[in-house]
Amino acid sequence: MISNYIGFYALSFGLIISVLIIIKSIFFLKKNNEDKSKNFFSLLSSQFTLIIISFFSLIYSFVNSDFSNNTVFNHSHTTKPLFYKISGTWGNHEGSLLLWLLVLTFFILIFFLKSRNLKLSYRVFTIFFQQIIIFGFILFIIFTSNPFGILYPIPEQGLGLNPILQDPLLAIHPPILYIGYVGTSIIFSSSLAALVTRSMNQVWAKHIKKWIFASWIFLTLGIMLGSIWAYYELGWGGFWFWDPVENVSLMPWFCLTALIHTISVLEKRNMLQSWTFMLSIMTFSLSMSGTFLVRSGILNSIHTFANDPSRGLFILVFLFVLILLSIFIFFTYYENIKIRKIQFLFISKETSILLNNWFLMYFLSVVLIGTVYPIFLEAFTNEKISVGEPFYQKLITPFMVPFLILMALAPNIKWIKNKIEKLNIKILTLFIINLFLSFYIVKLTNTKYLFATLLITSAFFLFLISLRDVLNTNSLMSQRISHFAFSIFILSILFNSIFTKEFNSNMSVGDEMKFFNGTIKFLKINIYEENNYQNIKGTFKFKNSRNNNIYFEPEIRIYNQPNISTSEADIKTNLFTDNILNFNLINDKEYFSVRYQYKPLMFWVWISTFFIAFGGALTFIRKK
Amino acid sequence: MIKKKFNLILIIFIFSFIFLGLFLGLKKESYYVPKNFNTKKVINLKSKEFFSRKEIKLYDILKNDNLTIINIWASWCLPCREEHKYILALSKESNINLVGLNYKDKFSNAKKFIKKYGDPYDIILADTDGTNSIELGAYGVPETFVIENKKKKILKKYIGPLNKISFNEIKKIIKDENK
Repeated sequence: MISNYIGFYALSFGLIISVLIIIKSIFFLKKNNEDKSKNFFSLLSSQFTLIIISFFSLIYSFVNSDFSNNTVFNHSHTTKPLFYKISGTWGNHEGSLLLWLLVLTFFILIFFLKSRNLKLSYRVFTIFFQQIIIFGFILFIIFTSNPFGILYPIPEQGLGLNPILQDPLLAIHPPILYIGYVGTSIIFSSSLAALVTRSMNQVWAKHIKKWIFASWIFLTLGIMLGSIWAYYELGWGGFWFWDPVENVSLMPWFCLTALIHTISVLEKRNMLQSWTFMLSIMTFSLSMSGTFLVRSGILNSIHTFANDPSRGLFILVFLFVLILLSIFIFFTYYENIKIRKIQFLFISKETSILLNNWFLMYFLSVVLIGTVYPIFLEAFTNEKISVGEPFYQKLITPFMVPFLILMALAPNIKWIKNKIEKLNIKILTLFIINLFLSFYIVKLTNTKYLFATLLITSAFFLFLISLRDVLNTNSLMSQRISHFAFSIFILSILFNSIFTKEFNSNMSVGDEMKFFNGTIKFLKINIYEENNYQNIKGTFKFKNSRNNNIYFEPEIRIYNQPNISTSEADIKTNLFTDNILNFNLINDKEYFSVRYQYKPLMFWVWISTFFIAFGGALTFIRKK
Repeated sequence: MIKKKFNLILIIFIFSFIFLGLFLGLKKESYYVPKNFNTKKVINLKSKEFFSRKEIKLYDILKNDNLTIINIWASWCLPCREEHKYILALSKESNINLVGLNYKDKFSNAKKFIKKYGDPYDIILADTDGTNSIELGAYGVPETFVIENKKKKILKKYIGPLNKISFNEIKKIIKDENK
């Protein structure tokens, strides 16, 4: 009970400090007093402390199952394991916003400490813009999604956490993703500040690059964790469904990836300032729109937490205020960017990075249209459509081919000007051999995939060239590892989709079914009573053509709080293949629908994504 | 200079359009109701009368009138308070059976709730352990079922609190049934 008040008042004081910082920074910028940065530090750190107090009092309420708290009541239950009580804190709308806020205040503090070597006016401007965001967020939390709402009379029991969210992966997926999202807010504020204070130069690029990399790494890992969760928990046998909520995290990722490349052009050659600026604005706006789409209930998805239109309206207005603010600043201070007349040469690193950006922007717009168009269509015409995998596949795959080839060749092009060497016979023969090999693979497996031959060729090409680069050079290791990992990623996805097999049937205990490469026998079911659910465990024997036996034990869980049944697939993962079996109730615990799937190289999809992010992380290690 | 202004206006125009689209999208109802739900026959629930705690079967209630509306509510449920005015308005309709299913509630709290906000129900059933609601196929509180008495068929179900649109829809169903 008391923790409710502590949390709420800490949050409110955080709001007051936010206002204080905004006022102080305005005064400061008018007078331009150079030696009062200490006050900012104390204000920022006390704000951060207050938000921590607020966040921990919510955790405290969750751990003690204090049902006088509205959020705890709606999302927790006394029988829930302690781990999920804690992770339940951010597994809901209100708590997750508090986590957003916590990361926001933490990051601005870190930013302030880490930017000592830069102009003070630039630092204060960044704090100013960041505080506007923080201010908006605290207002949003207090007025539309207060996590400390008090219930009276106090209910005896809570409603429970949605069981499909009771998963260790989901406990860490949101925080990691949020760190990525919130990191983009620093990029946003600091590029606005840099434009206003005329400090968008090479020094700035070097400094902001770390933030860009950090956000990118966390965003990559966050997306990966979400997709691993979808694969293991939902048990549909896929890892990416082009679900609007997934797309929403992918869009800022495209932007950040473009930014990673562009910022090095700014760092090395002092050009592309306005493009960098726009990318920074876009990245943050897309992260915010992600929050908008997920939180407002405009989409129907697992992620939609609550359908409260007033929340959606608030974020929408807030988002557009920020966008209009940045457009206004861009047009007012546009002259601050010194446009150097530099000729772009056709074959140079700059040009290739610009090309990379165009491709990424194209992918981004495909995903953007696929996600937003159905919403618009429904809003204006009441017509409902759903955009699925074929749309993305048809629009993205043709452009993947030149993209991959460019990705293989471009890292070795030099800055400013690259001599066009004689046609590199080695690379050309490599490409042609690849082409024949891929053609053979496609023919053999009877793939009917758009541009299959060319796609496999270019992916292999990237694989071989980047492998050579990884082995040969010591410099730019991070970039080479990421590119190499990306080639493995693409290859794994390709072969995964080519070689996947699936078998569906209705079975009861004792049945045996034959299909393309083996037999499945349904041995037995056992029913257990667990702490907060009933567990129906089936045992299946799978015998493949090589007489290897695999035993599967998929489960159906019928939760009591709330009453939902979930199907837990049994996934046997090894280095090269995944075998998945799940079953579902049809009626009366006698007949079940059984689904077996054979999926190669799933492990490599995860491990390569991890190494893509790891490559990014190397930039931090290398400098020290 | 003219070009700059033109760009600015163009960008602001585009963003206003996006804003409008998203704003309109927000206003759409996004409650999901299963499509082939209305083919289901309601089962003969065994429940207890709220005040007397006597056993009562749902089919006995269905004997009177043409239509039965079951509204699942609880005193601790905030959206239930919100929709209560619609339930009160429905109680003025004739030829219907308005059944309140009190979900996982304390007797004293539930009584306070009725006293404070009014009792619209013809009969209240006590679902103390929540099993009745599960057997009905409810997802949460509040939820409202419209049942045709003769065929014992569920005509419509509303997940979440009733609003103006769903209220008018229910009124229309009542009107059509009583023709």
